[in-house]
Amino acid sequence: MSLVITDLHATLEDGTEILKGVSLEIPAGEVHAIMGPNGSGKSTLSKVVAGHESYVVTGGSVTLDGVDVLEMDIDERSRAGIFLAFQYPHEVPGVSNANFIRAALQARLPKGEELDAVAYYKDLYTKMDLLEMDRKFTARAVNEGFSGGEKKRNEILQMMMLDPKYCILDETDSGLDIDALKIVAKGVNAMRSPDRGILMITHYQRLLDYIAPDHVHVMAAGKIVRSGGPELALELEEKGYDFLKEDALASA
Amino acid sequence: MSYDASSTLDLETREAIDIDRSKGDFSFPERHKYDAGRGLTEKTVHYISDVKDDPEWVREFRLKALKVFQDKPMPTHWATKDLDNIDFDIIRYYLSDGEKPKRSWDEVPPEVLETFERLGIPEQERAFLAGVEAQYDSEASYSNMKEELTKLGVIFVNSTEGLKEHEEIFRPWFGKVIPTGDNKFSALNSAVFSGGSFIYIPKGVKLKQPLQAYFRINSENFGQFERTLIIADEGAEVMYMEGCTAPKFETSTLHSAVVELVALKGAKIQYVTVQNWSSNVFNLVTKRGLAMEDAEVRWIDCNIGSRLTMKYPGVIMKGERARGEVISIALANTGQHQDTGAKMIHAANNTTSNVVSKSISVGEGRSTYRGQVHIPKHLKGCKNNTECDALLINSHSRTDTYPAITVKGNQHATQHEASVSQVSEDMLFYMQQRGLSEGQAMSLAVNGFINDLVREFPMEYSVELKRLIDLEMEGSVG
Repeated sequence: MSLVITDLHATLEDGTEILKGVSLEIPAGEVHAIMGPNGSGKSTLSKVVAGHESYVVTGGSVTLDGVDVLEMDIDERSRAGIFLAFQYPHEVPGVSNANFIRAALQARLPKGEELDAVAYYKDLYTKMDLLEMDRKFTARAVNEGFSGGEKKRNEILQMMMLDPKYCILDETDSGLDIDALKIVAKGVNAMRSPDRGILMITHYQRLLDYIAPDHVHVMAAGKIVRSGGPELALELEEKGYDFLKEDALASA
Repeated sequence: MSYDASSTLDLETREAIDIDRSKGDFSFPERHKYDAGRGLTEKTVHYISDVKDDPEWVREFRLKALKVFQDKPMPTHWATKDLDNIDFDIIRYYLSDGEKPKRSWDEVPPEVLETFERLGIPEQERAFLAGVEAQYDSEASYSNMKEELTKLGVIFVNSTEGLKEHEEIFRPWFGKVIPTGDNKFSALNSAVFSGGSFIYIPKGVKLKQPLQAYFRINSENFGQFERTLIIADEGAEVMYMEGCTAPKFETSTLHSAVVELVALKGAKIQYVTVQNWSSNVFNLVTKRGLAMEDAEVRWIDCNIGSRLTMKYPGVIMKGERARGEVISIALANTGQHQDTGAKMIHAANNTTSNVVSKSISVGEGRSTYRGQVHIPKHLKGCKNNTECDALLINSHSRTDTYPAITVKGNQHATQHEASVSQVSEDMLFYMQQRGLSEGQAMSLAVNGFINDLVREFPMEYSVELKRLIDLEMEGSVG
């Protein structure tokens, strides 16, 4: 049981190659972190796995528990169990949070089956309490007028509600103050389970202080250049990315 | 699969867009005793007057209107050239089985009953309506109202019965809010009108439940010309709702109604429309209300479907402190043009008008907003607020706004806001990443866009509206 990315190549529509052969395996039950400098392709990797149409996959494969993901539409990937917590979550004007999440859950039910509204709200409120979200959030339009921290918390709430098999968190820590970071980390830690794989994309060690990864990978220029245990993140914090780039060049 | 605007051009998509007509897309064989034949001449008008046994003043009214219709040019100098594609010579102007509207569904012919059963009308009547009139082609097949309303003196009948049985109330207002010569299509309606409702609410009577009319076209090459006149006497209140559908025929169909509302001192009329015409209907409707002192006229207008809709509901605020409101939602899919708007004519001091228009253009659908606000110099204390918001779903769709606000004098307040927004690829990606299909995502985005207006609809209608939008958006995915 794992999310397996093998030799993945992807370009922009104009042909510029961003992912240059990424290989990564995230088994259920593990938390992985990808670190790396700006422009290394981390965010692109998350979008390509989720199926964003601005990118063209030119080679390699992505499988979810053995099933080909690249053949699926964006929404099929989601329903198959891939969740992406966005770095910049989009606004959906006029659609309340409660209705949005409800629609997403409803989309997972067989045709003709209705979501149990009472159970839904009970579940929603429990998870909002854990993330210390005010009840007013349910009636507010999705991400409209949200602060950076509120948006990120909202992403984690959606993740908890949709109960995905594999979570990809794209720079969830960016723009968060320390209190918000702790709350978000609490949510992610509550999601850790032997049945779930988590991939965190981040610039900073800071997030990893609160969500301890099992494995750390370093990405540079469209490739994973180094993998290791949690100590790799600390080494990176100490020595910076330049060292790793040189290291990668030397070993190439 | 990529959501690209250009991919929605193909034939398959065009056909897919019409999937949503399933509910209304059926027809029964014609069984008309009376058929005015094709084309429009004086003979046609006499035929209609003979069949309906019109009083002489109505026959004269019709003949005069025919002349006006024939003399007036098609308004293509400001409106779309598509109007030139209406072939008045092949249209049939009157079709009926010669039966009077029935008071009980049991007496309605089986195919007519089945039609309205499939559209859910008898069920809605039982659930929440005070009265229903169901029109099938030219005439009402069914018309009934709760008994207690009759006792209160409420009149809810078709236009034929109205002008004959209640001439003393009908005639003074008929054609007064919308004169025959208002436009080419009001003249056309005045010449050949048939069906529609006549409603009178006596002084101080406030209807708790809405009255509803349903206009159904069953026949090809047919023109439906209902005529509605609603009079709310002093302090009376009424909500009237209309629904419309037609099957999709090979050729185009014409629907050209005239609706006149009269709200006397302190009265309140709300007129709600949820139309879902098939994509070959030319829908050219004139709607206007007159609001006297302290009276209020509200148009809540929802336009889905049709090939071309031209409709600008208006309110003439003739008495002090009168209020006029138009709330409209228009959804134009590929092959459709929604040319809608509002006319607010302030004719007394301290009158207030509000226009909120939201249009959605999908595929190559086109929406146009035309607004007219008129406040003359000699008045004071008039207020108008106009908001038009357009939502574009892909780059091939088109939206235009033509506001015309004439305010003279300096003791008034007007406010105009317009916005255009888009359902971007990134917004759809975000929603689809949560598991919604492309159609569901678009549908949710559209529902979000009109959310604040839908609240103005009675609950039963907002549910229906949401369902129609869902179907429309599902069908528009390439």
